[in-house]
Amino acid sequence: MALTKEELLEKLTARYGEAIRTDEDSLDLPAVIIDRAKAHDLVKYLRDELGFNFLTTLCGMHYADSAPEQQFGVVYHIHNWIDNVRLRIKAFLPADNVAIDTMSDLYASANWQERETYDFYGIEFKGHPDLRRILNMDEMESFPMRKEFPMEDPGRTDKDDRYFGRVPQTNNVPNNELR
Amino acid sequence: MSQPLTKKIEDRYYEEIRVRENEDGSELSILNLGPTHPATHGIFQNVLLMDGERIVDAESTVGYIHRAFEKIAENRPFYQITPLTDRMNYCSSPINNMGWWLTVEKLLNIEVPKRVQYMRVIVMELSRIADHLICNSILGVDSGAFTGFLHIFTYREHIYEIFEEISGARLTTNMGRIGGFERDWSDAAWAKINKFMAEFPDAWEEFDRLLTRNTIFMNRCINVGPLSVEKALQYGFTGPNLRAAGVDYDVRVAEPYCSYEDFEFDIPVGKTGDTYDRYMVRQQEVRESLKIIRQALAKMPKEGGYHADVPDYYLPPKQEVYNNMEALIYHFKIVMGEIPVPKGEVYSCVEGGNGELGFYLVSDGSRVPFRLHFRRPCFIYYQYYTEMIKGGYLSDAILILSSLNVIAGELDA
Repeated sequence: MALTKEELLEKLTARYGEAIRTDEDSLDLPAVIIDRAKAHDLVKYLRDELGFNFLTTLCGMHYADSAPEQQFGVVYHIHNWIDNVRLRIKAFLPADNVAIDTMSDLYASANWQERETYDFYGIEFKGHPDLRRILNMDEMESFPMRKEFPMEDPGRTDKDDRYFGRVPQTNNVPNNELR
Repeated sequence: MSQPLTKKIEDRYYEEIRVRENEDGSELSILNLGPTHPATHGIFQNVLLMDGERIVDAESTVGYIHRAFEKIAENRPFYQITPLTDRMNYCSSPINNMGWWLTVEKLLNIEVPKRVQYMRVIVMELSRIADHLICNSILGVDSGAFTGFLHIFTYREHIYEIFEEISGARLTTNMGRIGGFERDWSDAAWAKINKFMAEFPDAWEEFDRLLTRNTIFMNRCINVGPLSVEKALQYGFTGPNLRAAGVDYDVRVAEPYCSYEDFEFDIPVGKTGDTYDRYMVRQQEVRESLKIIRQALAKMPKEGGYHADVPDYYLPPKQEVYNNMEALIYHFKIVMGEIPVPKGEVYSCVEGGNGELGFYLVSDGSRVPFRLHFRRPCFIYYQYYTEMIKGGYLSDAILILSSLNVIAGELDA
């Protein structure tokens, strides 16, 4: 019998209780937010028991405007090819301890994707076999995808976010401080 | 500060070279394959530890043409992100473009007319043909068969002429808009498509006869770089490489987008996943693509226009802008990025030339993405490459690389 979205979410809530909640931001896939301590266990359970055999993608997030305990995040998309169900898993990481367990022991494809995430966000993956920078040069010291890393000339005034529907960010945005 | 990169890798092998000496007194050596090497068709560096002609160990370094597309995308309105997607898998940029528009349309909840969907299917399948055509003919070149490549490359030119007629550009097409195409296809474009559809199938069969049963080619390819299903799943293979290993996963069938469910086509699968199987799967996929285009041309609705009726997102015609207040307002708002965008997250994927090309778009309601992550298929499966070439010959490593269809632009994004 095919696994439906409702069944899936029911099973996960029964197993993890308080540690898991549904992610309201998702407009398409079933999505859950999990405590980072339980993330590895959740993915292992999904892979071994519920047939999520494929890690589609994994990426980092930086929520510069959120509370310090939710500054960073890792988002996993996993896919069950037998029942054709996708699931998005999100784990928040605090700013003072940006670390989560590696998934590279469950899916080998996580290896480079975690290296990429580390490279751009400085998220540490505990237990990763070879956590080095991958796309940027080894000498680089910053984590360029973090929101505080300025992309364009900070002196430019024609690309001010305030004019385009985005609320100016309060913490650590050099663009606004300079003006 | 760490040491220069090449030095570090050599240091890693230094001990092994010093300690290990073969029985006949020969030694191991280090070979630097790349970053710029004509046979790798892109910028890939692989430092190989060699025992004569055999590869003992390998280490790959990527990122030589990293252009920070994900970072740039956080500062660009939606319509300025298409040119970034062009430059990922540049052998089949229209697929990337369409994949991006599908993602945006999924976020904005836009229904696209049937005719536009069929037109998109046609461009996407044409680019799939171009992609597979390059990959397979270059595979021939790498194994010493230049003729097929020279012969079939004319038809890639014809495909590019079609793209030029549709979008004005050939390689980096920047095709489409939110809700459809920027203009209707001209009669010349339709004529070129029909001409291509009349001529290409024969040429493809000719290419097939030239290469597929060639003994030298078969000897070079069969059992070179085999891939098991377990490894393919573990390492996140998708696309023709995965299907060559024997898994019939194809996004066009698993989660049909752009009305792919309207068309009859087969998914070719291989058995061993070796270089020859990958070649054969691509060879057959081109025939399936032709089948899809033929059906799309036959079923093409007369009505429906070339874009969805979404004045909030689709630029009005220029004449209107000069003469009509409403059109002027929409024009201004769209160009300045004042479009209504919902908050939320979507993941949308298309079957790219070499695998599942996914877009994870997080929107915070402003004109630019809060975060855009590209699932680049070859970045994910290229990490298995060093495992595949271990124990084989150097010349096989070149063949495996070109049969995996790794595109440097997509790998590094």
